[in-house]
Amino acid sequence: MAVIDKKTIEHVALLARLELSEEEKELFVSQLGDILTYIEKLKELDTSKVEPMAYATATTNVFREDVPTPSLKLEEVLKNAPAKFQDFFKVPKVIE
Amino acid sequence: MQHETIVGLETHAELLTETKLFCGCLNRFGASPNTLACPVCLGLPGVLPVINKKGFETALKAALALHCQINQFTTFDRKNYYYPDLPKNYQISQNYLNLGINGYLEIKYGGNKKRICIHNVHLEEEAGKLIHPESALGGGEDYSLVDFNRAGVPLLEIVTYPDMRGLEEVEAYMNTLKNVLLYTEVSDCKMQEGSLRFEASISLRPIGQEKLGNRVEIKNLNSMKAVLKALEYEMRRQKEVLESGETVSMETRLWSEPNERTERMRTKEEAHDYRYFPEPDLTPAVVEDRWLEKQRATLPELPLARRERFVAKYGLSDYDAGVLTEDKALADYFERCVTLHHSPKAVCNWVTNYVQRELNERRLEIKDFPVSPEMLVELVRLAETGDVSMPVAKEVFVEMVDTRKKAPQIVQERGLLQISDRAELESIIQEVIAENPNALADYKKGKKTALTFLVGQIMRKTKGKANPQMVNELLKKKLEAG
Ligand SMILES: [Zn+2]
Repeated sequence: MAVIDKKTIEHVALLARLELSEEEKELFVSQLGDILTYIEKLKELDTSKVEPMAYATATTNVFREDVPTPSLKLEEVLKNAPAKFQDFFKVPKVIE
Repeated sequence: MQHETIVGLETHAELLTETKLFCGCLNRFGASPNTLACPVCLGLPGVLPVINKKGFETALKAALALHCQINQFTTFDRKNYYYPDLPKNYQISQNYLNLGINGYLEIKYGGNKKRICIHNVHLEEEAGKLIHPESALGGGEDYSLVDFNRAGVPLLEIVTYPDMRGLEEVEAYMNTLKNVLLYTEVSDCKMQEGSLRFEASISLRPIGQEKLGNRVEIKNLNSMKAVLKALEYEMRRQKEVLESGETVSMETRLWSEPNERTERMRTKEEAHDYRYFPEPDLTPAVVEDRWLEKQRATLPELPLARRERFVAKYGLSDYDAGVLTEDKALADYFERCVTLHHSPKAVCNWVTNYVQRELNERRLEIKDFPVSPEMLVELVRLAETGDVSMPVAKEVFVEMVDTRKKAPQIVQERGLLQISDRAELESIIQEVIAENPNALADYKKGKKTALTFLVGQIMRKTKGKANPQMVNELLKKKLEAG
């Protein structure tokens, strides 16, 4: 039985704002399914005595002081904007 | 059927820091658009966020003030969603190990005291600000504008359990929470600048029923008044739905201020799948006991404790103590006065009545009030010793606010010293009686109101400067004598 179905792929694609063709959907059903099957396999290990890992190294408490550093100039901020209007980023209309 | 209203609140408070949560851009309201942004808060590729220690400690302080259990090992997570005000397409927040859990806030309303339980307190970053040009620049534009100055500002989210029953409790909770955040200097709580925001969830259930009813979340609440109005509307709406035999649908609704009603949100529920996962760019934070205790020690006396102390120590009524401690700066002002004056009650009377009236009428904050505690106490003393009468003292006070002059100077300049000279008062009384023969006749016929009338005339003649007690006493004697 597939671990993942087409509906799930469509849901995940929507959340990621991806447009997938029918072929791609089929492909990802099997590929993502394989990955999840492998994860299921890993779950067979007894991890009851292992602390959950929150970070890749043992480093903790990396902070910065609350001291200002210069921000970018407005022109630089907007330089990569796909669209702009006056001093703003311009985006498709958002309505709730 | 009688229903019980059940409310939970989510509060967002921007923290009082100099810089943003993960970068050195200024955390400042009102700057020109997109001038407080850098690669980190714009979410450009290859950047590394680093936690602002002050922001973290401020959140810790809030969690402690709300009696939370602190997760001494705490981590950050990515909350994934697409929205144009979110440059990275995820918000750095906390989901799995929130900074504070299982706290409470004690509220007091009417004669009741109640603990509202806090589910969690966590730290996250603000999104940018969206501007919809049809309202800002006129005309129906087909685009929105984004200002990222606010993106990455430290934000505290405080989530309650559905513990509030009715609007009185909701109002008390919001006021108390705001007060605690102000007292602890966690946030400036300026709702008009968006520093403090609320979202509510509300459900109704028949009285006596254990199971909670279907819950509706309400967003777009821009003031405490809006929260209360939206909840009131929603109570009515859900009651009607239930009474018609239908079920309330679980959904998110938006408060529409112009229409004075809640409206169903158009976005699909599917959008609320945030796929949280641990933020790999930030190290966990470990709050050692010593650090925790140090933060605990910075907590000031909280509003409710102060209110109770004002009652016990100064003999104030609970109401007056509540009014004073509602505003930390006002309570500080009062306590400064008390160190200068022997009667806390007299000072309280002045502060809660006359000082507050001037503050309200002039829309001033106590920190900008022209009359210092020292100046106020000086005036209170003048009124007490009888150097100026109470009505005159009130006038002098208003003039002090207008001119920033001290009371004795105003009294002297305007010749307002109270007339307490016996001979002088007797001669004024003589004059007034002579001018009002009818009143004298009335009095002799047993009409006691004539006395009040004559006192009034004497006060008028002396522009309120006559010592009222002496006038009463001397006038009575005079009238009795004949
Ligand atoms: Zn920045």
